[in-house]
Amino acid sequence: MSSTILLWSLTLSQWMLVAAMSCATFRVLRGPRAQDRVLGLDALYVGAMLLVLTFGIRNGSTIYFEAALVIALLAFVSTAALAKFLMRGEVIE
Amino acid sequence: MTGLDDFPLWAAILVSLLLLVGSGLTLLGTIGLVRFQSFYERVHAPTLGTTCGAGGILIASMLYFSVLQSRIALHEVLITLFVTVTTPVTLMLLARAAIYRDRTEGKVDMPQALSGKAPSRVETTSPDDAPAAKG
Repeated sequence: MSSTILLWSLTLSQWMLVAAMSCATFRVLRGPRAQDRVLGLDALYVGAMLLVLTFGIRNGSTIYFEAALVIALLAFVSTAALAKFLMRGEVIE
Repeated sequence: MTGLDDFPLWAAILVSLLLLVGSGLTLLGTIGLVRFQSFYERVHAPTLGTTCGAGGILIASMLYFSVLQSRIALHEVLITLFVTVTTPVTLMLLARAAIYRDRTEGKVDMPQALSGKAPSRVETTSPDDAPAAKG
């Protein structure tokens, strides 16, 4: 009973996260300016991190947690670097 | 998920609710990202996913592993802390970059800089905090 509830809600929430990532991808591809694309990329990173966490719940393994932590770190670094690039035209000066 | 039939029912219902609320709020945030009209409206929308969405899924994961391993598993607090600290920083950097780009292009509907300072960061820094700004 409880495994059925968990399995169905995990599947539904993974599909919702995939839909969220497709909306973010739409904004990355379609965004009228560069800052819209960077914002979509940030939302895409967050969706990927949450999707990896739900895969961890589904498999019952805590290894996925470390992958999610690495994705969160990469999201911060890449968005900060791209914002710096949009601001100044170079990342390291 | 086959050996989980002795998983308690209250924990399964709670984990499912938290998962559905978290992923639903993330989806709502990205729908806002698609549907809003200007960049300054759009920059608000995905924060729904990084606060409530990530919070819901991380609490669900914490609860699930705590009940599954019969001990308190709190390592997801690390991701919560990291996301909570870094999201405002990156989005403020991005919004400032967008304001700078819009001002240098001379868009008409942009508000002017406060107290008449130039938008460039080099000219707004006062001499006493210039070394901190360089690092």
